[in-house]
Amino acid sequence: MDALVSLVSIRNLVKTYQRGPEKIEVLHGIDLDIPRGDFVCLMGPSGSGKTTLLNLIGGLDSPTSGQIDFDGKRIDQMSSSKLTQWRANHIGFIFQSYNLLPMLSALKNVELPLLLTKLTAAQRRHNAEIALQLVGLKDRIKHKPSELSGGQQQRVAIARAIVSDPQLLVCDEPTGDLDRKSADEILSLLTQLNQEHGKSIIMVTHDPKAAEYAKRIVRLDKGTLVAASA
Amino acid sequence: MKYFSLIWASLFRRKTRTILTLLSIIVAFMLFGLLQAVNQAFNGGADSADADRLITNSRYSIIDMLPVAYQRQIESVPGVKAVAFASWFGGSYQDKPAQFAVFPVVPDEYLKIAPELQVSPQTLAAWKADRTGAVVGEALAKRMHWKVGDKVPLQADIWPQKDGSLTWTFDIVGTFHNTKDKANGDSALLFRYDYFDEARQYGQGTIGWFLVKIDDRRHAGSVGKAIDALFANSDHETKTQTEQVFAQGFAKQFGDIALIVSAILGAVFFAILVLTGNTMSQALRERIPELGILKTLGFSNRAVWWLVLLESLLLAILGAVLGLLLAVFAIGAMKSMLTGFGITEVGWRVVAEGLFFACLLGLLVGFAPALQAMRLKIVDALKA
Ligand SMILES: Nc1ncnc2c1ncn2[C@@H]1O[C@H](COP(=O)(O)OP(=O)(O)O)[C@@H](O)[C@H]1O
Ligand SMILES: [Mg+2]
Repeated sequence: MDALVSLVSIRNLVKTYQRGPEKIEVLHGIDLDIPRGDFVCLMGPSGSGKTTLLNLIGGLDSPTSGQIDFDGKRIDQMSSSKLTQWRANHIGFIFQSYNLLPMLSALKNVELPLLLTKLTAAQRRHNAEIALQLVGLKDRIKHKPSELSGGQQQRVAIARAIVSDPQLLVCDEPTGDLDRKSADEILSLLTQLNQEHGKSIIMVTHDPKAAEYAKRIVRLDKGTLVAASA
Repeated sequence: MKYFSLIWASLFRRKTRTILTLLSIIVAFMLFGLLQAVNQAFNGGADSADADRLITNSRYSIIDMLPVAYQRQIESVPGVKAVAFASWFGGSYQDKPAQFAVFPVVPDEYLKIAPELQVSPQTLAAWKADRTGAVVGEALAKRMHWKVGDKVPLQADIWPQKDGSLTWTFDIVGTFHNTKDKANGDSALLFRYDYFDEARQYGQGTIGWFLVKIDDRRHAGSVGKAIDALFANSDHETKTQTEQVFAQGFAKQFGDIALIVSAILGAVFFAILVLTGNTMSQALRERIPELGILKTLGFSNRAVWWLVLLESLLLAILGAVLGLLLAVFAIGAMKSMLTGFGITEVGWRVVAEGLFFACLLGLLVGFAPALQAMRLKIVDALKA
């Protein structure tokens, strides 16, 4: 695939963790392209490096060597503060455990990323309400996370991920803690975001059913991409 | 400030714990306000004392009397501008020892040397026209509900009248305002020395102490020595000090209040430091994944540092403001009981000091957690 049409283009990516005196290479030279509008599912056994790869793509961590281009810009060499800004503008994160702030209402949680923008309080609120409406939680905006079901909390997290209109959604086992029905709702929502709103998505999952929602699957085993299937 | 609601919500993330910590900070700062008010009352005399005013009293005991004739001799000492005198009357009012100072003085002389006592010309004229007239501090008049024209009977304990009567009745002719000493001076009653001297049973021609105004405060030591030298080896030797030294010595009779107060407050501050520090570091530990999320969403390391530090400052300042307010109200409520001791209010200086200590507390307690939060790596934080 051509790097020019790719949103994300990864070349020979290596990640080594230092654990005490030991160095452990977790990713051994990954090459991967994610075209715009893709919905790619990353599968593989536990400990194979899926989260590590997602964190590098999302700019939460920096690679040991190799290259990551995002929208034609190299992010592997960005300074930590540049990367922080870049993340806020380009990536939405969705985690297995929702990671909402428990003391804030759904609305305030969704507003969080907007605190970093120049928007006024009214605009922030307006945008957050639209995002919550999109995930079907318009009537729950005042609820704290503890007053919401797991599926609802994950929808708040999705609203938070899309509120600043990022190009790529990075999802690490988003349905891992959910029952089948809630999981299907979340996956339909992600599909809708991908098809109707043009969000590119990379999602890690263990669930073959979840993988069916994706356009393609890539498999990681012991730090190496083994096969891609369409 | 758009981050305020986030900081506020983080602070009250664990309501019970935060409220308990807040309560102890409130109590600590209330104690601070109350004790500092006491401390200030005891040192207030020294602060408002004039450095170019000396006090000459009997060398061996401040209750020994001195001959009034010394006045002219002291006036002749080089460097002395003016001399006035006063005496301790004491007495009881309404069967209780008077909770205010009562001094017989010569009106013109005394007011000239104590310009901080402001008396209107009408009042002064009325006082000079009325031998049994007295002027009282504004605060005292207000507290006792005395009006001009009232007759105030005091029961003497040291000074019976010639006819054996213990009751001295004064006509209130007006009030004075003390520009310097809000705590104490407003609560005095001054009456006329000529009336006192003529009516008292014994002790004619003697007074309690002289107030000596000097040209230059830098000469206080040498002028004082010259005065005391005049009366060396006489029946009534004297001791002359600046008013400041005198007031400090007076306060020291009650023990070194300032030292005791500092020791107590030091211990309290330390306890609060440990307690609040513990709360903040515990709060931080519980919140590591949340801080990781904030960073994930694009909050910079520095922003996270500020969030944590401001939270700690908010806790300390909130507690201090509430505690100091309580101290202000407590002293206001007990005012009538406390003014006798010169304690009238929690001054602005005490409030400012309190807020300074609150900021210090907030910074000390917040610094380490803020640093920890700032250095947190996202991948580690999210795993916690
Ligand atoms: N911060 C870290 N320090 C050291 N080792 C790590 C760290 N993060 C992950 N690892 C190790 O890297 C390997 C891959 O982890 P991870 O990417 O989380 O796998 P997956 O998400 O596929 O389960 C594991 O062996 C894990 O123990
Ligand atoms: Mg993982």
